[in-house]
Amino acid sequence: MAGHKTVETTGLLGWIDQRFPLTSTYKAHLSEYYAPKNFNFWYFFGALSLLVLVLQIVTGIFLVMHYKPDAQFAFQSVEYIMREVPGGWFIRYMHSTGASMFFVVVYLHMVRALIYGSYRKPRELVWIFGVGIFLCLMAEAFFGYLLPWGQMSFWGAQVIVNLFSAIPFIGPELSIWIRGDYVVSDATLNRFFAFHVIAIPLVLLGLVVAHVIALHEVGSNNPDGVDIKTKKDKYGRPLDGIPFHPYYTVHDIMGFMGFLIIFMAIVFFAPEMGGYFLEFNNFIPADPLKTPLHIAPVWYFTPFYSMLRATTDDFTWVLAGSAVIAALVMFIRSKGLVKLIVPVVLLGVAVLLRLIDAKFWGVVAMGGAVVLLFFLPWLDYSPVKSIRYRPGWHKTLYGIFFANFVVLGYLGTQAPTDVFNLLSQIGTLIYLGFFFLMPVWSRLGTFKPVPDRVTFHAH
Amino acid sequence: MIKKLLCALALLITCNAASAAGGEFPLDRAPNRINELTSLQNGAKLFVNYCLNCHSAASMRYNKLNDIGLTDEQIRTSLLFTGEKVGDLMMGSVGVKDGKRWFGVMPPDLSVMARAKSVNAGPTGSDYIYTYLRTYYRDTSKPTGWDNLAFPASAMPHVLYERQGPRELTTIVTHEHPAPGGKGPATWERVTTTYDSLGYVTSKTEALSNYRGAASTEHKFKSLDTSRTSAYDNDIADLTAFLTWMSEPIQQKRKQIGVWVLLFLGLFFVVAWRLNASFWKHVK
Repeated sequence: MAGHKTVETTGLLGWIDQRFPLTSTYKAHLSEYYAPKNFNFWYFFGALSLLVLVLQIVTGIFLVMHYKPDAQFAFQSVEYIMREVPGGWFIRYMHSTGASMFFVVVYLHMVRALIYGSYRKPRELVWIFGVGIFLCLMAEAFFGYLLPWGQMSFWGAQVIVNLFSAIPFIGPELSIWIRGDYVVSDATLNRFFAFHVIAIPLVLLGLVVAHVIALHEVGSNNPDGVDIKTKKDKYGRPLDGIPFHPYYTVHDIMGFMGFLIIFMAIVFFAPEMGGYFLEFNNFIPADPLKTPLHIAPVWYFTPFYSMLRATTDDFTWVLAGSAVIAALVMFIRSKGLVKLIVPVVLLGVAVLLRLIDAKFWGVVAMGGAVVLLFFLPWLDYSPVKSIRYRPGWHKTLYGIFFANFVVLGYLGTQAPTDVFNLLSQIGTLIYLGFFFLMPVWSRLGTFKPVPDRVTFHAH
Repeated sequence: MIKKLLCALALLITCNAASAAGGEFPLDRAPNRINELTSLQNGAKLFVNYCLNCHSAASMRYNKLNDIGLTDEQIRTSLLFTGEKVGDLMMGSVGVKDGKRWFGVMPPDLSVMARAKSVNAGPTGSDYIYTYLRTYYRDTSKPTGWDNLAFPASAMPHVLYERQGPRELTTIVTHEHPAPGGKGPATWERVTTTYDSLGYVTSKTEALSNYRGAASTEHKFKSLDTSRTSAYDNDIADLTAFLTWMSEPIQQKRKQIGVWVLLFLGLFFVVAWRLNASFWKHVK
């Protein structure tokens, strides 16, 4: 019969399945999606990211019911939510804690990708969507932070939007276009509200769906970096795989509970987190005539803020020098067309580094630090995926990179001094060097043999 | 190079404290009276009587005071003076234009001041308020006739001066005095300044020879009516507790609820953990 599809299910479910791929989707992505059985602690953070995203959206919806996106009423409306909306304080604290925890969870999720090589072939697209999500998350947090209209909200937005004025030629006009005014004002607040509530959440949701679909298309990586699809049983099921549902659904429920204990402990006992989750200066209504002594972004942006501040005029000499050295090395070691183009481009960059204002290069360094992540799958030349089978000193290098990121974060919270500036510059070089030199160092050393089955100990 | 880096690292760890000490007045710890309803009620009385004329608390409704044990009737008879209703917000009496004209700056809204004045990894806003209201001293050279140690050149006069009573302040500053004309070594001197109870300043400078100590600043208040001053300190503790409560009225309740939430989550975590184990024991 034309248009009649035969399905295995019956009744209401059968009716739906003839018109919508419900059971087939459930099987493909849950009950018959085979994930490696050796997932460890690092593998909680993807699901936790999804939990926090849902949390932010739900608490966000309830906040938007009472928040007023008007410069005159915004600050007061947040206090109204805290005091007079039943449970409003709870929703507000969940949203503010959720914002910080989102970054904690996403940073740890990215650490997992880095140490186990989850960004490598064939998962490059999963990684690219992921970095896109990270960029959107940073934008979402930035736009959201203006909404309480406190001193830190206002001046943080003022500083960051002013950075766009550093772009040659189009900068100042671009800044006015972004702000909707000559300074951050009611116009800015309204459009940031629209971005924060509608535009970016939609993009985020789309990217998250794409991220998971791309992952499911190729299957998950695992701590050993072993491809589980090479060894299958007679039914075509990977020997080292287990169905996501029920094994990882029940595993992730346990993970959610553990996370919620930490999350709720913060919400109920330390929502300000010593001024790092809810900044104290933000309890003063925005005053365009009074600049705070110490403007700093929220903690999750501080590593990148450090890199921005580190890029002084002197530092551009260091960067230009590095570009020249890189040009020389590329000229000596490459062949053919690359031998001509790449050194010329690098020398051009070196010249521009000294021609254009350091302020612009600070913005480039800050943005470039994130954009650099996109290229990671093509920078890693290691013959093995997972850190478990790399030479010992690779582990040290990763450790230095992560510690450096934390140190840069700390430096970003402090007022600039000569010593801190020098340390930020060293930190920036370590960060950039880790990635730019990866094609060199990732192939060096004696690698350990990778097993062909995962290492798993029965529970 | 390594030495430079190690020195930088050492400075990094110690610098934090140094930046906090630089030029800032050490704050006293505000007594913790957030759980004492009588204290909070006394603070509410002081706040409405002394502060609410110039300042506002525009996020706070009068009937929110029910949460600290005051009935609507008590609020109506004792705390409403200018025809407000018990459900109204605590608006101040001074408009923006007048405030700027009279004080140079509009007196800020105090709804969340106890949170705004906190310092990261430092004293809380309550400590600041408690210290601020107790470190006023008379100074005839200032426009209001008063100055403050915690907030130098504050535009706010000492509104509660009658309750504190007359006091004298003695400031002893030990510092290096650069040689005149920049030639020769710097000499150490100790400057003792006294602000008497009417605000007249007397200053005495003595040169210190062979001084081996560090630069220091000391402040000493002498009360001329000690019973008034000690009662005042107690009142300010109450007022500070009230301002702390007002900045987040739900703070005590949220901690109480939090205990139950964490107990529940702990129990649920154990359930989830054992459920997980029951599935995974079948995985070889």
